[in-house]
Amino acid sequence: MSTAFLGMPEPRPPLRGHGHLAGSTPFPAAARAALDDTQQRTNLRRATATIRGKRAAVVSELPDWEELREAGRAIKSRTLRHLPELLLRFEKEFTAAGGTVHWARDAYEARRIVTRLVRATGQREVVKVKSMVTQEIRLNEALERAGITATETDLAELIVQLGHDEPSHILVPAIHKNRSEIRDIFVHEMAGVDSGLSDEPRELAMAARRHLREKFLSARVAISGANFAVADTGTLCVVESEGNGRMCLTLPETLISVVGIEKLIPTWADLEVYLQLLPRSSTGERMNPYTSLWTGSHPGDGPTDVHVVLLDNGRSAVLADEIGRQSLACIRCSACLNVCPVYERTGGHAYGSVYPGPIGAILSPLLTGVEANPTLPYASSLCGACYDVCPVKINIPEVLVHLRGKVVDAKRSRLVPTPEQLAMRAMEWIFDDPQRYEAAQRLAWLGSAPLARGGEKIGALPPPLSAWTSARDAPAVPSESFRGWWRRTRGEVTE
Amino acid sequence: MDRLRVALFITCFNDTVFPETGKATVRLLERLGQTVEFPFGQTCCGQMHFNTGYQAECVPLVRRFVKVFAGYDAVVAPSGSCVGMVRDYYSRVAEVSGDLRLADAVAETAPRVHELSEFLVDVLGVTDVGAYYPHRVTYHPTCHSLRLLRVGDKPLSLLRAVRGIDLVELPAAEECCGFGGTFAVKNADTSVAMLADKVRHVLDTGAEVCTAGDNSCLMHIGGGLSRLRAGTRSVHLAEILASTESDALDGVVR
Repeated sequence: MSTAFLGMPEPRPPLRGHGHLAGSTPFPAAARAALDDTQQRTNLRRATATIRGKRAAVVSELPDWEELREAGRAIKSRTLRHLPELLLRFEKEFTAAGGTVHWARDAYEARRIVTRLVRATGQREVVKVKSMVTQEIRLNEALERAGITATETDLAELIVQLGHDEPSHILVPAIHKNRSEIRDIFVHEMAGVDSGLSDEPRELAMAARRHLREKFLSARVAISGANFAVADTGTLCVVESEGNGRMCLTLPETLISVVGIEKLIPTWADLEVYLQLLPRSSTGERMNPYTSLWTGSHPGDGPTDVHVVLLDNGRSAVLADEIGRQSLACIRCSACLNVCPVYERTGGHAYGSVYPGPIGAILSPLLTGVEANPTLPYASSLCGACYDVCPVKINIPEVLVHLRGKVVDAKRSRLVPTPEQLAMRAMEWIFDDPQRYEAAQRLAWLGSAPLARGGEKIGALPPPLSAWTSARDAPAVPSESFRGWWRRTRGEVTE
Repeated sequence: MDRLRVALFITCFNDTVFPETGKATVRLLERLGQTVEFPFGQTCCGQMHFNTGYQAECVPLVRRFVKVFAGYDAVVAPSGSCVGMVRDYYSRVAEVSGDLRLADAVAETAPRVHELSEFLVDVLGVTDVGAYYPHRVTYHPTCHSLRLLRVGDKPLSLLRAVRGIDLVELPAAEECCGFGGTFAVKNADTSVAMLADKVRHVLDTGAEVCTAGDNSCLMHIGGGLSRLRAGTRSVHLAEILASTESDALDGVVR
């Protein structure tokens, strides 16, 4: 069948995100392996409990916390409704202030732009400010292929990089390592480190400081992300704890910032809300030690060659999803990771994406499409602890369930239905009729009785319910249901 | 106040697997002077379908629910998660169905659906229900009663008024037990890792009984305790609140 040509080009579906957003192992299998790592379990239990406690304390100090959360949600919601105009406004202001704006539809384009910009400087070494989005697009690997060495300067990112590891947490990428493991990495991988280095945090920090100081002073090019991009003024903002970011943002000549298009906020005044919400939610501090803001370039004051790469990489597709779009409000605080009972046990690597935990379980499949990430929407017990702490009120359970619907819908067109589809349809058919339902209750009793061997509990069920009885007894189905009892003792039946 | 027309929404799970919870709910409500009706047309709220991603399959179940429970002043269920499904997600299912009349029916019925402790404390205005339960008990606040329904300390205020009870606080009470519906099977390893900590906390209290407002979570915690032969059992809140001195004299143990 052909359609009439109406003079408009067919709208192209928004591009999906790619990069470090989906793993090759399904979550249940990756989690199973991670659960066996007792050292990691101990490290995560300790670290998440500490951050949880700090967050709870500083959040409880603010009488207007709920109003702040609502403001944080509302500003982002408004931003997303007006994103095209705000992006153009940002471009105009950033350009007027002497910066150069580049647009990248996906990870591939962003990597190509950044590589080209670094090559144009003739430099072979760059320093990096901690940034999720450059991890998302796997920038370091692309630079390496182009013969450019990128050095992570955030302490935890440096640990991950030196350890040939992957980040496992949004805020604390090396949260899965304890200090003695970090000491081992430094001794083996950091040039010029004395093998007598202890695992005292201060000594470790000083070793990293010596290592990095040299890089800061020699680097001519820095690469960053941004926590916020102010449309009104064309300003970029990075918040951090260590000051390494400030070094990268001020010392080099060239500064290239890769920024997701959802990082925009309309006005300078909106920062007031997020600079309260973010540190309290992420590090559990009242205020982060360093907040760097820059608008284009200024002679004699910081980098003179200033670029921003505005990245889509699936975000427009997320924006088109009515329920999923609230996820774009995320300010990467990681409060949801720290309260998540799943994350605390499996750690971040099991999610296969640079965005782990509850927000990752929705953001990763939203960016890539559920086909590339079909198990992450199920990586949650829907306990709702994440929604309670989210500083911008992202209803993560709602989005998880919405994405589960998409996973199921994607399988509906198959010729042969999955066993789960058959079971769910059968249950629907049974539940849609009280007679059928009562017959099924009797069957459940008949099926359960031999498994219970006359007792009240079942130690082993057939697959797929054997996954339950692997570690938990199941109750036997009693011979008389509640409705059977009601009918027998009361006789009266209300339809 | 005029007599309320109260319907019991037993939930398919309690109806089939835990009928004692239903009987206890009826006994308790009748002891408090309520007349309880049990509409036989009720089956399942559709939570498992909805939460697993089968939203289209959920639509007929929502239609059935709002038809069966239309016209009651209050619908009471001994399950936080099934009530949460009705109150928080039925409107979404109605939206998926595109049927505006269904959306209206949901808006009419859903707010009248109460979890048992909410009904007792908020609607009937009682905390002392005249129960007697001479056991050491710890209470697990289920995630959906805590974070969807926001029942707060209503179940605890009911338990505190029970005569003979030795109520002990559960450490890390607000952490999920790892049940999560199909999560317990789809992600069994992670679910069990969460259960291990919940069981440890329950055992740390030295309680003889772990209670909650939801038999699904209790089946999970109780299934773990039973597998370990831990010597602690799980009992639904309704069964504790329904217990009286005469039960004890009759030798009924819950």
